[in-house]
Amino acid sequence: MIKFDMENIDVFYGSEQALKNVSFSVEAHEITALIGPSGCGKSTLLKSLNRMNDLVESCRITGKITLDGESIYNLDVNHLRKRVGMVFQKPNPFPMSIFDNVAFGPRTHGIKSKRRLNDIVEKALRDAALWGEVSDRLGKSALGLSGGQQQRLCIARALAVEPEVLLMDEPTSALDPISTGKVEELAMELSKDYTIIIVTHNMQQAARISNKTTFFLLGEVIEHGTTEQVFSNPRNEKTEAYITGRFG
Amino acid sequence: MLRLLLLLAGGCVLFFVVKQLYTYLPEPVLRRLVRFWDKFFLSLTWLFAAVTVLALGFIIFHILSSGIPHLSPRLFAVNVTLGDVSMFPAIVSTVLMVVIVLAISVPLGMFTAVFLVEYMRTGSWFVTLIRSAAEILAGIPSIVYGLFGMMFFRVFLGLGFSILSGSLTMSIMMLPLIIRTTEEALKSVPDTYREGSFALGAGKLRTVFRIILPNAMPGIFAGVILAIGRVVGESAALIFTAGTILQIPSSLFDSARTLTVHMWRLSSYGQYVNETYATAVVLLLVVLSLNAVSGIIAKRFTKT
Repeated sequence: MIKFDMENIDVFYGSEQALKNVSFSVEAHEITALIGPSGCGKSTLLKSLNRMNDLVESCRITGKITLDGESIYNLDVNHLRKRVGMVFQKPNPFPMSIFDNVAFGPRTHGIKSKRRLNDIVEKALRDAALWGEVSDRLGKSALGLSGGQQQRLCIARALAVEPEVLLMDEPTSALDPISTGKVEELAMELSKDYTIIIVTHNMQQAARISNKTTFFLLGEVIEHGTTEQVFSNPRNEKTEAYITGRFG
Repeated sequence: MLRLLLLLAGGCVLFFVVKQLYTYLPEPVLRRLVRFWDKFFLSLTWLFAAVTVLALGFIIFHILSSGIPHLSPRLFAVNVTLGDVSMFPAIVSTVLMVVIVLAISVPLGMFTAVFLVEYMRTGSWFVTLIRSAAEILAGIPSIVYGLFGMMFFRVFLGLGFSILSGSLTMSIMMLPLIIRTTEEALKSVPDTYREGSFALGAGKLRTVFRIILPNAMPGIFAGVILAIGRVVGESAALIFTAGTILQIPSSLFDSARTLTVHMWRLSSYGQYVNETYATAVVLLLVVLSLNAVSGIIAKRFTKT
């Protein structure tokens, strides 16, 4: 089943074109990895999917993006972002308690009952594999957590609004190898219930966890296919060159 | 003094002349010269810093030493007649004025800043207009505000000499300060918080009230305390609007003098110099402690 479908997407920042005629689709319950050198438009694409690019004044997007067959521009933007969660490159917990961080999303969408919030927060933290580490200090500030814990808290925060898709923008680039391993495991676990699109600079990471891989270069999609095919038998020589580390 | 200035000027000229010759000097001489100039300018900055601190210290010392011996119960008498020296009514009026001014200028200024920073595009002509209007307002001498308040609130709106006229005038004066400090506080909230909130499907309003304002609060609060200090210290604008009657105001439409105006009145009688100094002590302590509180809050704010 196709979750996200992109057709002929062009994205401009002012007069600069960041994405050129991008078309591919993302299957539900899979992990799709976006790879490519810095500045190739991966993050731009990610931000277009939950319309975070709307916040950038000079940004202009043309083309068609559909979520479950419906154009994302016909959806209410806040509802779209509820359905399409996002985890950022740098962990960005709010300066409030761990509980309030996770409960912020559900509260935004109208859940007030203390008992329901408790349940949601616990489930989200369990899903993000953080419950065991923080269950005894939910009232403490989230800023006291380690970087890896903060990032998992941000994942829990995103999960608490029960999204359908999770966008992850280099979620492990600011983390040490152990935390990275935990987040990767988590992503694979989560892909049973969620559709995940992950931007990464780490080839091994893409190869380890993703089902599909899309290779970007200078704003264009060079190759899109199953991860196995892209890594073992790339159709395009540029893809091969990038994956084997000859440039980028 | 003149000789000292000449010496300084001569030193600076010499510095630039010698600097032109640097390339021709042998290395050891050059190194010693550099070390000399280093020391020279270091002592210069020390000197200037010392002058500033000494000036402040002297003023405070002067006021305290001339005022403290004359602090007496008479200066705090509750029941007063016209022409009395008690500052009690003035303290009441000052507190009342501060409360009203804050009640008007804080919401107005705060939400203007929220609008400018969070809702408008940076660099739009409207933002530029409001910001330059605020900047010009900040640069107008307070006596001009007094004249404006007199013509508009007192005469045109018919509010007369009253706490209300004075408060409204002071509110306009405080707007630029509140707007500026709130803007700075809002800008210091990291964009990652905004992104995080929007990405969870929170709208602008929720993001502003739940994420941005709580985090900007300490900075806004520091600005509010600065504003309180300014209201307490203002006299010129109030003489024309709130008037100079020494009484505990029974309503907002009563004329009343604040502490600073009271001080000015006392000193203009000629015979109450000592009482004036005693009043100045109280005023000084209030303003200094407000500044200290503001500084502490600002410091805590930058730490987190």
